[in-house]
Amino acid sequence: MSSLVVAHTRYLLLEQLRVPISLLAGAFFPAVAMVAFVVPFAGSDPRAATMATGSLAFFGAMSGALIGLSITVAQDRELPWNPYLRTLPAGPAPRFAARILATLAVTVTSMVPVLLVAGLFTEATTTPPRLLLGLGAVVAGLVPFMLLGLFIGLVTTSKAAIAVSQVLFFPMAVLGGLVMPPQILPGFVQAISPYVPTRGVAELLWAITAGSTPDAVALVMLGVWTVVAAAAAAWAYRRDEGRRFS
Amino acid sequence: MTVLARTVEATRRYGDVLALDRVSLDIRAGELVGLLGPNGAGKSTLINLFVGLRRPTSGVVELLGGSPSDPVRRRGIGVTPQETGLPESLRVAEIVDFVSAHFPDRVPKEELLARFGLDDLARRQVGGLSGGQRRRLAVALAFAGNPRLVFLDEPTTGLDVEARRTLWEGIRSFHAEGGTVLLTSHYLEEIEALAERVVVVAGGRVLADDTVRAVREIVGVRRVSFAAAELPELPGVVGAERHGDRVDLVTTDPDRLVVELVRSGASFSDLEIRPTTLEEAFLALTSKESAHV
Repeated sequence: MSSLVVAHTRYLLLEQLRVPISLLAGAFFPAVAMVAFVVPFAGSDPRAATMATGSLAFFGAMSGALIGLSITVAQDRELPWNPYLRTLPAGPAPRFAARILATLAVTVTSMVPVLLVAGLFTEATTTPPRLLLGLGAVVAGLVPFMLLGLFIGLVTTSKAAIAVSQVLFFPMAVLGGLVMPPQILPGFVQAISPYVPTRGVAELLWAITAGSTPDAVALVMLGVWTVVAAAAAAWAYRRDEGRRFS
Repeated sequence: MTVLARTVEATRRYGDVLALDRVSLDIRAGELVGLLGPNGAGKSTLINLFVGLRRPTSGVVELLGGSPSDPVRRRGIGVTPQETGLPESLRVAEIVDFVSAHFPDRVPKEELLARFGLDDLARRQVGGLSGGQRRRLAVALAFAGNPRLVFLDEPTTGLDVEARRTLWEGIRSFHAEGGTVLLTSHYLEEIEALAERVVVVAGGRVLADDTVRAVREIVGVRRVSFAAAELPELPGVVGAERHGDRVDLVTTDPDRLVVELVRSGASFSDLEIRPTTLEEAFLALTSKESAHV
């Protein structure tokens, strides 16, 4: 069983690595944002720089989970290779596990440039245990976005998946305070912000990087979003299976 | 003989479309069975039932003594992917490794690639392969897990003669060592070159299930057409149609039919005898039960 997970993960990672531009894309925008905004304006403030690093690192990781996953899942469904895989002697579990592992590997890698910029050009500081804790929060925070990505990929065509995931991605990133601190955003945005799943993750990351107290509403809503996204993804999976393979 | 795969009264509907209509078929160990039929006949649906991609609407499908949806059963089979869907960015050897990882009993990679003339291409990315090379890779993948039963869906459509012979050799040697093959094609020639037993499918039903020679005789029919007002009783007619004053007869023995036509004294004109296409032969088989004008 586990050897099949390895085989499927290896396969998906090879596919990703052969098109390295897709890897760079996830890392590019947050790294540029670091250089353009954080380094000049908050680079000398250790607390602000560390918080911004956490937010932007998750911004990149989230694009891999939501946009990347929805597009690859939608594309895979359109290829005749996909029904062939179902004739191989394996259930859906290895492929699913591999999909999650490969997405995590790609998203975590995409955070490296942001962390490098932060370490080299700002006063952002962290300790190894905090960095690990932050990594754990990122992985946990990615779960609802991976589930949303699966859901979109399972109900839309690949072209629609690109559009739908981007339309969801940018507003969620901005509303959750990943791009700019929520305190400087307009009042109505501040009011909505705790109900967006990104805010919950941001609260966790800020608590770890700056020792702030996380907002309870945002954390509860993150849990609610995770459950809703899981239900939606499970529903979409069964619907897709029923259409193509029953 | 052991039955490796079977359907019993299997029916499959897609919405209102009846793709398979109460098909009962046994595939026994060591057989090389050709599934012959026009496009849309139900060949792919039948294969999809056997390999677990689809479930029958009613009836039973068995694979290696169990259900095709059980992954453990599928360890004993090999399936060909459509070569248009092979992952473009992976190398030939990587795809073989990936597929082989699913099987407990694997053919060594070098041996598998050599058998299908792919040994020089192991390091090549699939995106850079020609159509024929992709097809050979796709067929090779069906044999990666040392299967007992292999399903080959249109294995050589669109290949040049040499590539086709290479593939046929690979399939024959597998069969010679005791392997069982279910092969679909809409080319009679391919079925003749490889299969011993032919199952003719059309309109979702099995029309004939016999040796290659017997089916060859059935489908080797001629079309006799002429203008006549009255049609006498004629021998050997497997299909008949009337268009205005013209009568189209499909027959296994055109010589005898014409002799009988003349002998009957019926008046006719514009006699024409043409070989039938495979498609027409299928139609003749389909309308066999209702062969009267």
